[in-house]
Amino acid sequence: MSTPLLGYVDRPGPLHTLTGTAKLVLVIGIVGAAMISFDARFLAALAVASIVLWAASRIRPGDLAVVLWIVGTFMVLNNLLIFAFAPGYGTDLFGTRHVLIDGPGRWDLTSEQLFYQAVVTLKYFAVMPAMLLFITTTRPPEFASSLSRIGVPYRVSYSVSLALRYIPDVQRDFRTISQAQQARGLDTSKRQRLGVRIRNLVSVLLPLLLGALERIETVSSAMELRGFGREKRRTWFDERPFRARDLVVIAVAALLVAGAIALVVLNGGRYWNPFA
Amino acid sequence: MTDDVLIELAGYGFQYRAQSAPTLHDIDLTVRRGEKIVIVGASGSGKSTLLSVMNGMVPHRYPGTATGSVRVGGSDPAQVPLVETSRHVGTVLQDISGQFVALTAREDIAFSLENQQVPAADMPARVQRAAALVDIEDHLDAAPHALSGGQKQRVAIAGVLVDDVDVLLFDEPLAMLDPASGRTAIELIDTLNREHGTTIVMVEHRLEDVLHRDVDRIVLMEGGRIIADAPPGEVIASGLLEAAGIRPPLHVAALAYAGAPVAAYQRPGSAETIALTDAQIAAVRNWAGGRDAAERSSEQPGAGAGSAAGGPRASAVPAPAPEAPVVPEVDGPTVLALEDVGVVLGASRTSPGERVLHGVSTRVRRGEMIGILGSNGAGKSTLARTVCGFVPHSTGRILLDGADASAWPIAQRGERVGFVLQEPGQMISKPLIAEEIALGLEARGLSEAEIAERTERVLEVCGLAPFRTWPVSALSHGQKKRLTIASVLALEPEVLILDEPTAGQDFAHYTEFMDFLASVNAGGTTVLLITHDMHLALEYTDRVLVVSGGQIIADASPADVLTDREITRRADLVTTGLHTLAERCGLPEPARLVRRFVEVDRQVRAERSASAQQRDGAQRADGADGANGGPA
Repeated sequence: MSTPLLGYVDRPGPLHTLTGTAKLVLVIGIVGAAMISFDARFLAALAVASIVLWAASRIRPGDLAVVLWIVGTFMVLNNLLIFAFAPGYGTDLFGTRHVLIDGPGRWDLTSEQLFYQAVVTLKYFAVMPAMLLFITTTRPPEFASSLSRIGVPYRVSYSVSLALRYIPDVQRDFRTISQAQQARGLDTSKRQRLGVRIRNLVSVLLPLLLGALERIETVSSAMELRGFGREKRRTWFDERPFRARDLVVIAVAALLVAGAIALVVLNGGRYWNPFA
Repeated sequence: MTDDVLIELAGYGFQYRAQSAPTLHDIDLTVRRGEKIVIVGASGSGKSTLLSVMNGMVPHRYPGTATGSVRVGGSDPAQVPLVETSRHVGTVLQDISGQFVALTAREDIAFSLENQQVPAADMPARVQRAAALVDIEDHLDAAPHALSGGQKQRVAIAGVLVDDVDVLLFDEPLAMLDPASGRTAIELIDTLNREHGTTIVMVEHRLEDVLHRDVDRIVLMEGGRIIADAPPGEVIASGLLEAAGIRPPLHVAALAYAGAPVAAYQRPGSAETIALTDAQIAAVRNWAGGRDAAERSSEQPGAGAGSAAGGPRASAVPAPAPEAPVVPEVDGPTVLALEDVGVVLGASRTSPGERVLHGVSTRVRRGEMIGILGSNGAGKSTLARTVCGFVPHSTGRILLDGADASAWPIAQRGERVGFVLQEPGQMISKPLIAEEIALGLEARGLSEAEIAERTERVLEVCGLAPFRTWPVSALSHGQKKRLTIASVLALEPEVLILDEPTAGQDFAHYTEFMDFLASVNAGGTTVLLITHDMHLALEYTDRVLVVSGGQIIADASPADVLTDREITRRADLVTTGLHTLAERCGLPEPARLVRRFVEVDRQVRAERSASAQQRDGAQRADGADGANGGPA
């Protein structure tokens, strides 16, 4: 079995001892705060805190290499595209213009643009480590129960757990089907033209999809026979009572959001303008 | 209705909403507390529907119209919610993996408790107790993919026992297990019944395996009716089983062939416990050629496997028994050869990986039909996948037609070796039969005329010609399976590899399908069958490779392998009832009896397929008589 790209890392650290619900609230707090605020000082503080947490919880970048790669690529692309399509956005935003490099056409590099894009990049650093930490330090079943605890209906939150349960099975099916089809000559590798590859890929995905539907039928029978969905509520095996540290974490999350809102009021807008 | 009657059906009939005729007719069945019952019947006999009636899935999930009456735990399942019925009757589904809904065994067992809102603090003790009943306490933190089939089944059983149900319903509990795990499962079910008083109802068509432990009654179904409901001895001796498409235990068939059929009073369910008469023992000894055997040395065929334990080098082939050519020579060039092939999976910078195959060497000649036997996880699937190029090998060479194919990509190997998956649904991606066959041919860039010609030919070979314009969705499971074989055969491979070709099929479909494969083999295609079905290996192959722990531990005739206790033990196979019968009749060479049985059985089968148009009852009479008077 191949290791999952993104999942629980069983290497106990301080974050592992918190309840899933507390961590989920913290993540929501951090994401909320980072979305509200464009204050570079605040985002930088969040990013530093996130990275410190990461270090403290003994998660290694290697555990998430693929995901970090994807996020990193997106971050770079995002920056390039912002510059390509809106090179003057920083100037519009801050009302000043300090040209650093005189580029072709309207693509001049200004301090304002650079600062704006730095803020966008900071958001990645503020949000992503926290989200990944939640996923890697929370056992998947607790994941579902914590969603349910913050008010998501259990039928919905259990589907998260079910998805995690069946992803490895679907991955294995995909490999099996694709190999059998390749043996028949349906090549999905780079050797083929794109059109042929797509057509061949459909020949793999169709059986996979039908198989998944059958699987859903079995699972829902099994769940129904064991009483799932009958009552309005359910309990969770993995429920842990809140302890003082969980309450502290939830308070911190609330403070972060409150701080972000306070900054908006103080700065008279979502941006902090160092050029003013 | 007394307290002791847990399930009672009277004059019950049922018709699915989507069907034009009833599936069940006039069913009378009573299940009392503490009983252990097995319901047998061919595919389509209504046994699965009957099970669904008992657990309430009919009509809650599968609607339709019912007649007569049904009571489960004192109430009509149709009138109470599904969960209410589940409190009395716990169901263990056939799909062992699919019914595992949680991420660990512990949470899966607790699933029903969670749904009943049992407080979290009360759950661990109850989960522990249920797990102890099925002996799975040591694996409670395991994820589903880390558990074997048998272990997953135990988790499923614990998941219903956690509710203190009265009755356990099993839907084909053996369908997904290898022989040794199946035997363990039957023993576990028996223990639950004897020591914990759990009432057991099993639906299963592998009767011989079920009868490894005694049952109280066999309920035999045919055409939606119960045609027998009696203690096992009576049903087995009645001859009704074969007529209804159920294979009787092999030792019972052997005694019939030997001219000394069993009677109900002998308790003929198990070869271990049957009360054989002196006349029967004499008949078996005579039939198996006991006189000859007595004169020979008592050397066991396949005894060479004892030395095989010494090391991988010595393990390739056990010394054949002197008197019988263990592996019949098939004339013809070597079409596939493996030389010292080793496979390591999951190797990376941080981990040395897992050695799943090592030192595998063998030769396959053109036209052979070979069984690859072994338990789940022994490496037999990996072996086949390595040949096809799905799994890279780290050492050794794979030769196809004498050419080193080690570096060939999957598609190139696919031109010589065709691989057919167990589940036909995983290979079919076109809506029409002809399109599905043409798919691989088009990918190989053949001309339209060539595609049409090959399509026509394989449709003919696979018996699908009458359906050539049908949509795939209108085909039965067996026909879909044929279609996947047709689409692989169209590519004209020299070797055809099939993964568990007969899994889940009843005796009639199994026979029909295997006869078809034998005809494909007779047409010149080399066939490799990955299976843990020992009947299949015995009856349809001349040579088996036994894989265990990533090595080939035996390469011999199936009769020799399956009567060798050492090899079967190491490979998690089980010796068949024939072996036990041979021992109990004092035959020094059990393999002789097995070979004799297979020989006669093949003749009987040939006669049967010749008279396939006749009625089932006539076939049965032919079978028994033909065997007695036939080959002397």
